[in-house]
Amino acid sequence: MVAVRNPTVALVGNPNTGKTTLFNALAGMNQHVGNYPGVTVETKKGKCRHGGRVLDVIDLPGTYSLAPRSPDEMVAVDVILGNNPSEPRPDVVVTIIDASNLERNLYLMTQVLELGVPVIVALNMMDVAEGQGLKIDVDKLSQQLGVPIVPLQANKGKGLDVLKGAIAKVLQNPASAQGPVFPDSFENEIARLNSITENHEPLFLLRRLLLDVGGQTEKRLLAKHGQKLAGELQAARARLVHAGFAIAGIEARIRYGWIRKAITDCIARPATRPVSWTDRLDKVLTHRIWGTFIFLLVMFLVFEAIFVAAVPFMDWIKAGVAAVADSVSLSPGPLRSLLVDGIIKGVGAVIVFLPQIVFLFAIIAVLEDCGYMARAAFLMDRLMARAGLNGKSFIPLLSSMACAVPGIMSARVIENPRDRLATILVAPLMSCSARLPVYSLLIGAFLPAADYGLFVPGLVFFGLYMLGIILAPLMALLLKSTLLRGDTPMFVMEMPLYKLPALYTVLRRSFDSGWMFLKRAGTMILATMILVWAALYFPSGNYEQEIADLEETLQEAREELTTLRTEFKALEDADPQNDDLIEAKKKELDAVRAKLQPVNDLRTTWKEQSALGRIGKFTEPVFTPLGWDWRIGMAAVASFPAREVMVGTLGIIFGEGEGDAGDNAYRQDVGNSLQRSGAFTIPVAMSVLVFFALCSQCVSTLAIIKRETNSWRWPIFTFAYMTALAYVGAFLTFRIGGFFG
Amino acid sequence: MTLDQLQQGQRARVDSLLGDDSLLQRLMEMGLLEEEEIEVMGFAPLGDPMEIRLRDYRLSLRRTEAARVQVSLLP
Repeated sequence: MVAVRNPTVALVGNPNTGKTTLFNALAGMNQHVGNYPGVTVETKKGKCRHGGRVLDVIDLPGTYSLAPRSPDEMVAVDVILGNNPSEPRPDVVVTIIDASNLERNLYLMTQVLELGVPVIVALNMMDVAEGQGLKIDVDKLSQQLGVPIVPLQANKGKGLDVLKGAIAKVLQNPASAQGPVFPDSFENEIARLNSITENHEPLFLLRRLLLDVGGQTEKRLLAKHGQKLAGELQAARARLVHAGFAIAGIEARIRYGWIRKAITDCIARPATRPVSWTDRLDKVLTHRIWGTFIFLLVMFLVFEAIFVAAVPFMDWIKAGVAAVADSVSLSPGPLRSLLVDGIIKGVGAVIVFLPQIVFLFAIIAVLEDCGYMARAAFLMDRLMARAGLNGKSFIPLLSSMACAVPGIMSARVIENPRDRLATILVAPLMSCSARLPVYSLLIGAFLPAADYGLFVPGLVFFGLYMLGIILAPLMALLLKSTLLRGDTPMFVMEMPLYKLPALYTVLRRSFDSGWMFLKRAGTMILATMILVWAALYFPSGNYEQEIADLEETLQEAREELTTLRTEFKALEDADPQNDDLIEAKKKELDAVRAKLQPVNDLRTTWKEQSALGRIGKFTEPVFTPLGWDWRIGMAAVASFPAREVMVGTLGIIFGEGEGDAGDNAYRQDVGNSLQRSGAFTIPVAMSVLVFFALCSQCVSTLAIIKRETNSWRWPIFTFAYMTALAYVGAFLTFRIGGFFG
Repeated sequence: MTLDQLQQGQRARVDSLLGDDSLLQRLMEMGLLEEEEIEVMGFAPLGDPMEIRLRDYRLSLRRTEAARVQVSLLP
């Protein structure tokens, strides 16, 4: 039996036309996100039923024009031309058009007409057009344009069945329409280029080749056909200019000329444009004072959502993971440790990101869908332009102060590929919440408020945050003027109409982002966690059994310790002046601690002789210039999966046993043993702090950079430059600190 | 005069666009062409970029970009 494939419908359209809403309405839950190699944009695919028939629907990335400037923009062209090996050529292209903004939307449609696939126009947002007093004669417009037109209100589901009917009709009886006509001198050049490339290239690509100076088509075709075509192309362009057709303007003038002529008799505008909601809202939202104030408020909410509101969910995940780990009833040994410390903790480390990702993307989806995102970019552009970025880089960088993973994912809102990449590469420099446990451990231990007052520790905290806030834009500027140098950056951005966000679009977007993260970055994070676990576990000798046996005898002491800690804390809180009582309690505590010391020492010995411990000793000379001994170096290396791992590793190495980086009491104990160890002085602690502010010890960040840039080059680059920066920063801090200390 | 020199609320007609690079192609694709009438809606709080209205929609662009567009002021 021959497999009959479903007819394929491609959706194209400008951004902000309700294309995603239409796609969701057509495909419903039955959709998935597709990715092509070498590009970072996503296409969505889904199935839609009509009259006992199944249609495959592809939602192509929104664009204003099919004049590709980057591989990302080439995706839509390749899919419609059938050049994409993983997709069949679409049988129909539905071009979705904002009825309130006909001319600019029709520009894209006139290009689609030249792709040789039947076209249907979905005229969306009819209600908005009517609200603005525009009267559109749909039948007449359909005649003029030569394509079927279906009026639509995608957000209310109006007109969907008519659209499906129109698709079925076109599938049965495909017809093509004639768009704008280019002058003979232009068509002659196309014919000439066609014979030079021996009829191998679609005519559409040859037109793009001639029109888009320095565009993606030029790159591709010149690479394919070599120098001969390059020479001919230059000659052809020169002849056109000589004939009076400037390359940069010829296409737009012809298309817009044709469009205006076609629609003049089909649209009636009111004599005076009524004041719309968008006008009223914009007066406030882009206002010098009110606009700025509301912007700050919105950004505060964005930050709160991931820095504060996501935390309870993350705590639940952590508690859930701990409960699962506790429920493992294997006897101590490599298998149990792999399962508990490698896999379960690893999976936990992956899913713990989900709340922040889902929250941030829900907010971003709302901001984009309602039209505010463009205003936020408008307000912030001047500031970000100084760093060579644009206004849309603000939210990704701000979010990175909570966590770089959702921050980097949110850089998708930036259309310009170079700006997006620069934003992704500098986002991890912003101090995230995972650095906090390290900061508070070392500042608490070596610059305690008791000795230094509140000012000095506060200043160091502030300084560490400022380090990222200052270095990230500087690094972006450096990247944009070296590695990511290109054409003058553009900030030509539509300010869309305000509208109510669609609930389904918002939910879908945050669900998809969370799922994408698990699927694409999750495995890599998990694999690294297991690798580092193994390096800290092996050679395992008989340590685990011995520790388990010892722990069994010390169970009582452990419980006692917890109770004493609580009592001690209560005493201190109740009456800090009552020295005698506190002193007595402290003695009790120390006695219990001493009982636990053997098991903690055993852990230290085990990790010292582990593979990672040996690496730490072997590489000690690398860390000596920073003032670190091998133990600090090893803990820094072991924290590659995530920065906060540093706290627990230091705890084990310095004889304080295992514990949670987020647990204040544990952190205090680790801090005390660091103080006693003699490995740290204030300059050493400062050097470690600066190192952790600047390094990229976070496999999740690297994994998400890999996933978002679709290349290994950029995560490796990020790791290299941040580590170098951290090393130099730590070195300078130690030297300068030594000078004063 | 050029587009970036207009004040908020002023209307103007586009005379010509200077240059022949991808920025120009982009501006033209967005419908900013000779003979078009535009209106300046305002400037961002930091003075840049600016927002204009053309062909039934609003577009924002930087002043350096707007400086490439020659316009004549309409009454």
